[in-house]
Amino acid sequence: MADPIKPDQILDLKGLLCPMPVVKLSMAVKKLQAGQTIEGIATDPGVMADIPAWARTSGNELLSIEQQGKEYHFIVKKTA
Amino acid sequence: MATDNKLSMVVFSGDMDKVMAAFIIATGAAASGMDVTMFFTFWGLKAIQKDSSLTGKGLFGRMLGLMNRGGIDTIGPSRFNFGGMGRWMMKTMMRSKNVASLRELRDMAIEMGVKIMPCQMSMDVLEIGTDKMLPQATAPVGVAAFIEEASHSKATMFI
Repeated sequence: MADPIKPDQILDLKGLLCPMPVVKLSMAVKKLQAGQTIEGIATDPGVMADIPAWARTSGNELLSIEQQGKEYHFIVKKTA
Repeated sequence: MATDNKLSMVVFSGDMDKVMAAFIIATGAAASGMDVTMFFTFWGLKAIQKDSSLTGKGLFGRMLGLMNRGGIDTIGPSRFNFGGMGRWMMKTMMRSKNVASLRELRDMAIEMGVKIMPCQMSMDVLEIGTDKMLPQATAPVGVAAFIEEASHSKATMFI
């Protein structure tokens, strides 16, 4: 990443399985102000499909999602 | 009729695995910003009963209540229960993989505002009083109340 985004909040989702990553993420996003960003760190490979789907359904913006070793890092911007 | 961003679900089954699927879908939908209504009927009522609920008024009702006693932690999987062994084994496997328990999922659903509706007719047939239901459940309703919810929904499920 050329210009890494500094998220407003980091959310540890490691070890959690479906549906907890999206549940915890949605609860955390609810507390954010519009325009703020949150980085989630998960270990469940299912998030690669689930977080983009969650972003489309909930109307929030997924800025990035990538695998880093055994972890999955993603950044979401609250727009809904 | 206008469609809301809503999911309606009939939970007919009282099996651990199926109720689990129902609560996973419900919490996932609520997390995605949908309004969720779960209509619990027949065996599904067990999932929203209080823990220490011995039910039944007549002979058959009390027999059924005795066989079906206990709360959400006492329900077994739809296959391979073997008198509780299967339930224990499956719970242990799920815990070791850090999957949320049925009780945690239900608490989560309630916390996220999922609407819990018990079916009046099933409660009458199975002789389960309103006082045996979780306090977070709505007053018992009939099929028309569910159909009204379903007719406004984007997605409807029967589990």
